[in-house]
Amino acid sequence: MKRTEIAIIGAGPAGLSCAVEAARAGAKVTLLDENLKPGGQLFKQIHKFFGSREHQAGTRGFRIGEQLLKETEELGVEVLLNAAVYGIYEDKTLAYIKDGKDYALQADRIVIAAGASENALAFPGCTLPGVMGAGAAQTMINVHRVLPGKKILMVGSGNVGLIVSYQLMQAGADVVALIEAAPQIGGYGVHAAKIRRAGVPVYVSTTIKEVIGEEAVERVVITSLDEKWQPVPGTERTLEADTVCLAVGLSPLTELAWMAGCEFTFIPPLGGHVPIHDENMETTLPGIYVAGDITGVEEASSAMEEGRLAGVASAESLGYYDEETAKALKDEIWQRLNSLRTGPFGEGRFKAKIRQLQARRQLA
Amino acid sequence: MMEKKGVLYQGFPSMEELEKSPGVPSKDRIRKGPVACIECVQEIPCNPCEEACPYGAIKVGKPITNLPVLDQDKCIGCGNCIAACPGLAIFVVNGAREKAQISFPYEYHPLPKRGDTVDCVDRSGKVVTSGRVLRVVKAPNYDHTAVITVEVDQAYIDVVRSIKRLEGSDDE
Repeated sequence: MKRTEIAIIGAGPAGLSCAVEAARAGAKVTLLDENLKPGGQLFKQIHKFFGSREHQAGTRGFRIGEQLLKETEELGVEVLLNAAVYGIYEDKTLAYIKDGKDYALQADRIVIAAGASENALAFPGCTLPGVMGAGAAQTMINVHRVLPGKKILMVGSGNVGLIVSYQLMQAGADVVALIEAAPQIGGYGVHAAKIRRAGVPVYVSTTIKEVIGEEAVERVVITSLDEKWQPVPGTERTLEADTVCLAVGLSPLTELAWMAGCEFTFIPPLGGHVPIHDENMETTLPGIYVAGDITGVEEASSAMEEGRLAGVASAESLGYYDEETAKALKDEIWQRLNSLRTGPFGEGRFKAKIRQLQARRQLA
Repeated sequence: MMEKKGVLYQGFPSMEELEKSPGVPSKDRIRKGPVACIECVQEIPCNPCEEACPYGAIKVGKPITNLPVLDQDKCIGCGNCIAACPGLAIFVVNGAREKAQISFPYEYHPLPKRGDTVDCVDRSGKVVTSGRVLRVVKAPNYDHTAVITVEVDQAYIDVVRSIKRLEGSDDE
């Protein structure tokens, strides 16, 4: 059986950052991803990132991805692509399929950085071609350079909905409206301002009633919601659209952590059931770590910092760092991570993450 | 339906929110010459503007969620901050001449050309006046964010923040 010291599942921002840190410490690292290319969602982020210099703020997301990839190459990280991990078994043995063949990989440490998947929304007409996740539309335009439609209705005003609306216009589409069921816009005002001055109307307290079309999306009926989130009769409006993009949140991809036997806790602001972990990102199973959106949905910058934490901590546990060196590195990362979780948009996540860490202490 | 005002409801800051913002210069200062107008009214973790300013006129400090504070006497309106802001929320306005000049970030194709007459839009995307393009700057360190300067009537100095997107493609 193939062996490695640290096996990382998922080559997105968290997994790549983890690989870089662990390999820099000297560990033998194997990074597995089910996709044909590494990077997760990072290579479709064509906008400039927020944060500070340490978070590479002002740099477009895909360039951060290119830098991480270069570092993994220089550090000799083994990257297995088109490799879908489908199970974690005893003695930290991973099972994966690559090129139609079944393989096993035995690791001393495992880091699960599987990410998250887009939530769907049910309404009459939601199965018509042209209704898709906003992330899917973003992949089409920024990775495959295919425009999903010319007239888009965006559902959801979190940063994903706002940013993808902007990028759809950059790709040449029109966004006929962005609707949000809550009474307020969820994402950053500066992202909303970009699409407003480009002429996109934003309707809060509004939801989708139905999508009309023979073979594909042709029209969308939207309706206002009252304070109790109930449709207000008589407020229906019909918009011409050929595409409906859903940006209604993400859910952590936790299957492998469940299967391995990690203990979970339920924290709705993080996306629901999330694996319990400690300050080292180690789960309730010794030697199995988590990082990125699987631990609770945030954004790429936090995912990269969590990946670095898991990388340093797993390398330390294998003896590649003494306690003092590792502590200094981890303290720096925690400072950067905490600074991303401040302010009106970060505070909720900060508190939720504390609950997650407390759940670990209660078990101990 | 009455639309509630403000960034949380409309998606762009209201005049009241802008007046309270420490990144927005005074009317007197705007009349004296070019100056940055930082329309960043929410405490988000972000500070590239601080580092982009060669004159030390923008301060975020710690915590990183502080709103950027503009020192309007230090700012000369060079516009280095415009393309550095990931939120595309910084503008440079100049009220010192007969016509008002407004510089803004722009990331769509095609780009307008110097001398073009363009439809100028307010923060809600509504076309409010026409203007003339004075400059289109595409510096390498702007990383594909163009900075466009338009000239409009003085009455629109606080109103115009972009142009209507153009049809077609760049003929380069």
